Amino acid sequence: MTVSDSEELAAATPAAAAATPVTVASPRASREALYFARRNRKLLAGLAVVLAFLVVAAVGPLLTDHGPNEYVGPASQPPSARYWFGTTTFGQDVFAQFAHGLRSTFLVGVLGGGLAAAIGMLIGFTAGYRGGVVDEVLNMVTNVVLVIPTLAVLLVIATYLRVRGVIPEALFIGLFSWPWVARAIRAQTFSLRSRDFVDLARLSGAGGARIVLREIAPNMSSYLCMTFILLFGGAVLTAATLDFIGLGPTDGISLGLMMNNAVLWSALPLGMWWWFVPPGLGITMIVGSLYIMNVGLDEVFNPKLRKL
Amino acid sequence: MRRYFGRKLLIYALTFFVAVTVDWVIPRFMPGDPVQTMLARASLRPEASQAMQAYYTSVFGLDVPAWQQYLNFWGALAHGDLGVSIWLFPQPVTSVILRAIPYTIALLIPAILLSWVAGNKFGAYAARRRWLDNTVLPVGYVLTATPYMWLGILLAWALATVAGVFPIAGGYSFDVEPSWSLSFLANLLSHWFLPFASLFLVGFGGWAIGMRNMIIYELEADYSHYLEALGAPRRLVRRYAFRNALLPQLTGLALQLGVIVAGALVTEIVFSYPGLGYLILQAINNQDFFLIQGAFLFIIIGVLAANFLVDVVYVLVDPRTRTGMRGAT
Repeated sequence: MTVSDSEELAAATPAAAAATPVTVASPRASREALYFARRNRKLLAGLAVVLAFLVVAAVGPLLTDHGPNEYVGPASQPPSARYWFGTTTFGQDVFAQFAHGLRSTFLVGVLGGGLAAAIGMLIGFTAGYRGGVVDEVLNMVTNVVLVIPTLAVLLVIATYLRVRGVIPEALFIGLFSWPWVARAIRAQTFSLRSRDFVDLARLSGAGGARIVLREIAPNMSSYLCMTFILLFGGAVLTAATLDFIGLGPTDGISLGLMMNNAVLWSALPLGMWWWFVPPGLGITMIVGSLYIMNVGLDEVFNPKLRKL
Repeated sequence: MRRYFGRKLLIYALTFFVAVTVDWVIPRFMPGDPVQTMLARASLRPEASQAMQAYYTSVFGLDVPAWQQYLNFWGALAHGDLGVSIWLFPQPVTSVILRAIPYTIALLIPAILLSWVAGNKFGAYAARRRWLDNTVLPVGYVLTATPYMWLGILLAWALATVAGVFPIAGGYSFDVEPSWSLSFLANLLSHWFLPFASLFLVGFGGWAIGMRNMIIYELEADYSHYLEALGAPRRLVRRYAFRNALLPQLTGLALQLGVIVAGALVTEIVFSYPGLGYLILQAINNQDFFLIQGAFLFIIIGVLAANFLVDVVYVLVDPRTRTGMRGAT
């Protein structure tokens, strides 16, 4: 492991907190983490905001009796008692679009972030634990995918898809956003695999997969958890970008698509702020809260950062 | 050092190879016939449609074996031939893109450099200063979480629609002719400012947070404590911490390039700024597949070149890469 590997780990994304030291897990440690988690204001505030949006995504569509893309009301109305977020140029209910769009956002975050985490962990653990030629090859692959801009690839793929759904979009995003995770996990695995308890497990005849799953992964579970949160936020932002370019789902609505429509149909010069403020605000608040949650989690898991 | 650059160049060459291959594979192995898809969805004048049909069939050359198609693709690429645009038929894709590139670069380079420098300085200054730190942290996190286009939309709405200070769209006003006069440059600059500002702000938040976290980490390091124990002034310790913290920030810059470029594309769309992003939007709306594929290659080349530049800078600022350590690979 080179010096800059550990530095990259911290710089993998600008939102990542300072390098997390590897902590050894035990039941006592997890109870202690829970104790600090319940008292961490950043974590609780971030969690509250994300949960609030999750509730809107779950309940919101039930409060309206029409679909997000139906032409239901008068055109270009500002927010009112009947249409909470106003209506679009075509008389679509902005609130209905927003609530359905939130669903796509969470779906993309979970699926895209989840797939990226899975691939990143698979490659990172394999490269870090096996080392040697396997590591060299996987490292090469990682570096190549790392340099290719995710959005550019998605752009070319999405253009050729006739029907675009939210789920394939999420999976494609996951497929191209794992490299920094693989690198960070590889570096951490390197530092863990020569520890005594790993040697002990190896002596007792445990296989590679078992050692990684039972001995190495639990010891970086806090890091894995934070990584997933960052990937979730990243997938949401990438999806919004892709949707905004006009390559969003063809069969539904998303927050990025709402912004795309708003700009396309001159909401800006017409001053229809209720059309473009909610989707962007939703994304910003969800992703921002996730980042702040991560800072909180970092303080919970890392004793050095705790404020007493 | 030769080994360091050798490895880097190998990776970049491999990346370029993969990117070109992806560019070739996707239209051919996606479900459906690409020629039919394109012509069915493109709204063309009849004479253009016929010309395109003949052109595409010959370009895709679907009658020759796949390996030969692939070699032909590379051959055309070597001549700078990326096909003909549908949207702006019959202009070649290369020249259409080259016309848009200067606008994108004029946005990207100042935004990246200024936000990186200013964000780092500010983040370093804010770290461990209680009051500033408590305000910078949330603001910075909200800024990095903001989708580029939404910040652009908000700025356009507030400063162009409501306040009317800046123009809302275009690279320059419709009623002026491009020239090297002072008034035209001022016009250009006033159209440039808002897209630049939204790119700058999102980047600034991210770098400020990154630097703030790194400085705190460095101030906890042994060498900082040692310096403090020796009685070194706080300013000196912070200066050492800053220099050490810059290295991961530089690596971070290389990692973020793709995201920043994507941000520039959508920002241009918000402001109808005539760069690569706006071109891509038009290409998508007009089903101009060659233009999109060409834009993809240009983005890849740009990101690879920028990555290489960061590598060179890394060697200049990090003595360890010069004295034989392999450094980041």
